[in-house]
Amino acid sequence: MVKMKDEEKLSNGKDLICAKCTVPLKVGPVTFAYVGTTFPVSLFHCPECGLAYVPGALARGSMLDVQMALEDK
Amino acid sequence: MDLKQFQDMEARCTQEDMPRCTAACPIHVDVRAMLSALRKNDFSKAYAVFAQAAPFPGIISRLCDHPCQKFCIRADMDESVAVNALEQACIRLGPKPPVRKGLILRKNNSVAVVGAGISGLTAAFYLARKGYKLSIFDSGNAFGGRLSAFSEETLPRQTLSGDFDVLADLHARARFGVTLGLVGDISLAGLLEKFDAVYLGLGRREVSALALGLELNADKTIRIDPETLGTSKPGVFAGGTHRQPENDLSLISSVADGKAAMISIDRYIQGASLTAARSNIGPQPTRLFTDTGKVAPRPALAAADPAQGYTGAEAVAEAERCLDCECMECVRRCEYLKHYKIAPRMLGRQIFKNRTEVVRRFNRHMNSCSLCRQCEAVCRDDFSMAEICHAAREDIVRQGKMPPSAFGFALQDMKYSDSDVFTLARHEFGRFESRFAFYPGCQLSGSAPWQVAKTYAYLREKISGGVGLMLGCCGVQADWAGEREIFANALQSLRAQWEGLGRPGLILGCPTCYMVFKKNLPEIPVDFLFSLVEKLGLPEVPPGESRTLAVHDSCTTRYEKEIQNSVRSLLGKLGHVVEELENSKEFTGCCGFGGLMQISNAHLAHQVADRRIGESESDYAVYCAMCRDNFANRGKTAYHLLDLIFGDEAGNIAARPPVGYSRRHDNRARLKAALLRDVWGEDAREEPSPIRLLISPEIRALMEDYLIMDADLRSVIAYAERTGNKLQNGANGHFFACCKPAHVTYWAEYSVEGNGYAIHDAYCHRLEIIDAGSACS
Repeated sequence: MVKMKDEEKLSNGKDLICAKCTVPLKVGPVTFAYVGTTFPVSLFHCPECGLAYVPGALARGSMLDVQMALEDK
Repeated sequence: MDLKQFQDMEARCTQEDMPRCTAACPIHVDVRAMLSALRKNDFSKAYAVFAQAAPFPGIISRLCDHPCQKFCIRADMDESVAVNALEQACIRLGPKPPVRKGLILRKNNSVAVVGAGISGLTAAFYLARKGYKLSIFDSGNAFGGRLSAFSEETLPRQTLSGDFDVLADLHARARFGVTLGLVGDISLAGLLEKFDAVYLGLGRREVSALALGLELNADKTIRIDPETLGTSKPGVFAGGTHRQPENDLSLISSVADGKAAMISIDRYIQGASLTAARSNIGPQPTRLFTDTGKVAPRPALAAADPAQGYTGAEAVAEAERCLDCECMECVRRCEYLKHYKIAPRMLGRQIFKNRTEVVRRFNRHMNSCSLCRQCEAVCRDDFSMAEICHAAREDIVRQGKMPPSAFGFALQDMKYSDSDVFTLARHEFGRFESRFAFYPGCQLSGSAPWQVAKTYAYLREKISGGVGLMLGCCGVQADWAGEREIFANALQSLRAQWEGLGRPGLILGCPTCYMVFKKNLPEIPVDFLFSLVEKLGLPEVPPGESRTLAVHDSCTTRYEKEIQNSVRSLLGKLGHVVEELENSKEFTGCCGFGGLMQISNAHLAHQVADRRIGESESDYAVYCAMCRDNFANRGKTAYHLLDLIFGDEAGNIAARPPVGYSRRHDNRARLKAALLRDVWGEDAREEPSPIRLLISPEIRALMEDYLIMDADLRSVIAYAERTGNKLQNGANGHFFACCKPAHVTYWAEYSVEGNGYAIHDAYCHRLEIIDAGSACS
């Protein structure tokens, strides 16, 4: 399995706030699922409502690699 | 495609066949590799390549009758490459590494070789290297048999003994001065008692008096099986000059016999089949195709000092004459095949095997072929990577294992085109029947909708008896994606639409639709738009300058000469000068869209397009909307034939800007609404004005590559603004939000700008976040 890089996962998350809960995001566990597989990832998310932040570099980077690796199984 | 069908297909590729020189060589010296090393001035490596196949390199290089040269492809053009002289140069100039014996696991079995000629010693050499105990018997007093008759000049004694020294290193025992026969020192029966197998390399000796107890031929020679070299007695093998015609003795054939006997004896002792998988033994025909069309004649180089042979520099120069025979006709032209750096036959094999692998590492290879069938067109034996990839896609889809990301976007696109937003089937206004119906196809409608409207008006004016209109998608995207069922449904609804219009002749505006109809709906009579325009005559064309245009033919109609000719004729009538690309008509290449490669592998598709548009400095003329859009998107000025007939939206003959996925969607919907309004006088429903997006060209390009539509971003913003579920960057105030309308989660980084939204980034992912707080649909 491809390892997701920290700099991709966290990116500029510390600059973000949840617009609804008006609190800064914190790093916490988020669950990804795809084609029958689930796995936890640490991402910035809202400590109140749970809304997670997926940075662009992560979506275009290792998330895509993970997606392709899972699709080939 | 089952295994048998695949094997039939892969056998058509000749790239893995031996070159003519190696095939003709009884011991298959890898001449290409040897000469390639020489060209790099690496005499040591060249020698090693030669010695790999030739057990006694010094002797063989001096005495070989070199059938390789007779079959050299240059023999038909100027003169064969002087392979034999180059071998001699390798021996003379290459530092000779010691023969690597490798790790020899000694066996308990023993083999007797009778006759110390070249065939017997070859068998002894290879068998000893396999660990057998070897005993060599000869009536003479030294190794070499008839070789000792050659003059010192032809075969120096030092070469002879030097080459044969290796036998002592291999612990082969030799007994000289012994004769075989009933009254001789040893008998065949006696040998068979002591040894596990016997090889007879008896030369041209009369054998009938030896009472060997073996079956003989009419000419009193031992009857030898040509494939295994077995005799009538199990465990006794024979070969060498004994089975060669007296007037045509061949040293290299004797060496080959020694090798073949070694294989048989080893198999005989191990109890394995003597006949299985022996197809590569001895000289054989080869099917390897090599194009020599562009090779300039260059006669063989004569050594300045013939007595001495080639100098190093002369050898390198002569080796440069070798054409390094290979086919690669398809690979040379195809960016996809080139990209994967695997010979086509091997790539096909991997893609075929991929269907049943646990981890399917070749999914991307399978899904990146444009299915344009150029490989098939250029191959003399119709090897088709397209066929292999397409069949594999269908197979994977059947198994439910097609990666959702491969063609998901294209299937959504097709669904859109097949929805009420775009589909339409109408008789001409005021009529109740259609002699013809115009079917522009989804891509032309998406690229230049006004041209579809103008073409439809032109056709109504030129053709009597009613020209209806059919809007929709021909389903090729499903076919390319390997979705057989969806494709079959698409064809069925096409047929129903056509029947609903009273079975008119269809006028097709897209070459791909033309191919789909012709191949899959043969009951529907079809005309290609431009073949018809050629017959009906051009409409009045806006003024414009004469241009030199290189014609890029569509891959889907590569065999349609009439279409290709009409297009060229129309270009001429429009006052333009036609330039032919190197690969055109039957041999045309893909624009980068075919087979959905643009969806499954955008990066490679760009390379394909870039290579094609780089083939000429001239602007291109095309007759497929996808080719036009693809080339335009890569910065090439490309005119669709309709651009040259009806012009751009303002009616000017000019190059149109690129058109992306979102625009194509909107254009299809607008085309239907406009036609209903302008042709049939029906007012379409007023759509609420959509959220206004401000998208820079850089973000737009990113969206195209990652298959993100404006509509997707509108969903994100609408959802975020409705629910308040969004993040904000404290530094610049930008919002981040996501939305998952179906299988893909889309993200937008945006800010409010006037009465719209500026997009600062757009991306998407298929991995789903399943925590409660992130359910964004």
